[in-house]
Amino acid sequence: MKLACIAPVGFVEDDILAEVEMVIRNNFGFETQRLPGRPSPGGAFDHDRGQWSAIEFMKDLVASRPPEATRILGITSDDLFIPMLSFLFGQAQLNGAAALVSTARLRQEFYGLPSNRDLLMARVRKESLHEMGHTLGLIHCPDRSCAMCLSTNLEQVDTKLDRFCRACAASANTRMRSLLENDK
Amino acid sequence: MKSRWQILIVDDEEVMAESLAAWLREDGYTVDTAPSGRAAVSHARETDYAIYFVDLKMPGGMDGIETMMEIRRLRPDASVIIITAYATVDTAITAMKEGAQEYIVKPCNPEEISLLVDRIIKVKNLQLENQMLRKRLTGQYEYRDIITKNSKMQAILSLVRDVSSLRSTVLIRGASGTGKELIARAIHYSGDRASSPFVAVSCASLAETLLESELFGYEKGAFTGAANQTKGKFEVADGGTIFLDEIGDISPKLQADLLRVLQERRFYRLGGTTEIQVDARVIAATNKDLTEEVREGRFRDDLYYRLNVIEINIPPLADRRDDIPHLARHFVARLSSEIGKAVSGIGDDALKVLLDYDWPGNIRELENAVERAIVTTRNRSLCAEDFAFLETAMRARANWAVPPISLLDIEKMAVESALGRSQGNIKEAAASLGIDRSTLYEKIKKFGIQR
Ligand SMILES: [Zn+2]
Ligand SMILES: [Zn+2]
Repeated sequence: MKLACIAPVGFVEDDILAEVEMVIRNNFGFETQRLPGRPSPGGAFDHDRGQWSAIEFMKDLVASRPPEATRILGITSDDLFIPMLSFLFGQAQLNGAAALVSTARLRQEFYGLPSNRDLLMARVRKESLHEMGHTLGLIHCPDRSCAMCLSTNLEQVDTKLDRFCRACAASANTRMRSLLENDK
Repeated sequence: MKSRWQILIVDDEEVMAESLAAWLREDGYTVDTAPSGRAAVSHARETDYAIYFVDLKMPGGMDGIETMMEIRRLRPDASVIIITAYATVDTAITAMKEGAQEYIVKPCNPEEISLLVDRIIKVKNLQLENQMLRKRLTGQYEYRDIITKNSKMQAILSLVRDVSSLRSTVLIRGASGTGKELIARAIHYSGDRASSPFVAVSCASLAETLLESELFGYEKGAFTGAANQTKGKFEVADGGTIFLDEIGDISPKLQADLLRVLQERRFYRLGGTTEIQVDARVIAATNKDLTEEVREGRFRDDLYYRLNVIEINIPPLADRRDDIPHLARHFVARLSSEIGKAVSGIGDDALKVLLDYDWPGNIRELENAVERAIVTTRNRSLCAEDFAFLETAMRARANWAVPPISLLDIEKMAVESALGRSQGNIKEAAASLGIDRSTLYEKIKKFGIQR
């Protein structure tokens, strides 16, 4: 069994972390372990933009991955950005160890709408699958219902399902298998 | 579809360039970064990037506009997107005037960049497709398609060069799928007839009367439906080469007609009274043993000797296994871009499977196998698993006894089982059946198959 760590960065609700653990276990066959909460990395906050630098978050995640874990997935409530883009739902190292999901813009409240927990959970599941998929080398999928489809707005997030299409699932499987084989 | 397109991001701020690069890589593109205009230009010399993101303000000599101008001079087909931190109408106008495709203000909405890149790549894919179609129409890359290091094949190619500018008839023998037409094209395109037409006719696919009118043309009213005077393939090939494939299948009547054309270089259109004179070199091909056909009285010996002035025998693929790796790599390179899938190579384990297989369908079967593997794979490099169907095919050939049912029923069963295996995925099913999607749709309709 391979281990994936779920790392809450800053304040993250328990039910969200539980949901993420479940979706990672069910879809990849990773064993999951929840790391103790950690503060958002110092210096990541950009005062002009009022947002947090995803680059600093990723650096922090890469550095704090326990040696026994193959993957680390950071979950944060902070609103993320990279210099070129106005925001990010999440980020991952393609074929790498670290991935990151921000719940900030997945929440209805962000847009001044009444909170909807079920909708939030569904979005968190999709984006967690998506970013973890990238760490297994998957790239964006043209199938709009596949979790690996690129979403740059919530409509696209809500259109896709919280699972991979057949092709992406097969690809993820192959990668998982070769990860396990490397162990032997 | 995507990753064969490369993108270069030019920005003096490394964090800026690298983070955008990482984001675009998730989309499947190959992305490089350059810290200055000068570095970008030297990258552009080496690599043909499809899109350049260039920061307008860069210290140290070349600014964004100068960089863009230099890139456009080197790579006129590339698209340049200028990035700036603040929109000023003036710089926007200058950038566009100098040929920037687009102008974006950072930070930019991810959707905007994604749509912009998609739009540019879509256009590039279309342009590439057109280029490929045009090449195929003019037969430009046919000669390059003969990939071989095999000594028997090398001897054939040197024969091809020797006879290319002669007028003598050539008979090409080889099992189906060995590439007889490619050799015929090579003879035509490497000789002094290259600028005249190469016209290929498959003698097996047409009924006798149709083939006759196809070859010799007809006058208006020569038969019901002959609404206009029409030139035959011999006339179209005047000055060039006519390639008669599967010559062993033509009727005695046509054998006689053909013999006359070969002897006299002239003929009549169907229903015509004027003699037509042509100068077309004849290259014929067959997968039958023509000497056997002659002995059995099914093929005229006088025609056989007329055709067999120069004989080329193409070995089956199983006799030139040393060519399998280059052929496979060549097909991967060509087909992945034709199919539009980012498959960049073929692994040693896959090559081993290909080398072990017996290839009854020869090169065409190899090409189809590579195509099928590219369509169904989710890997960047084809692996043994992607060719698992070959083993199934081999086992099936060994064990399969054909039940006493009609061809139509067998066809229906094959279509149904392919659709079952692919779980209704048309593209995959069509590839495994070796037919195109529209043909598969026709068959589904014809057999009334429920999906
Ligand atoms: Zn993504
Ligand atoms: Zn997918």
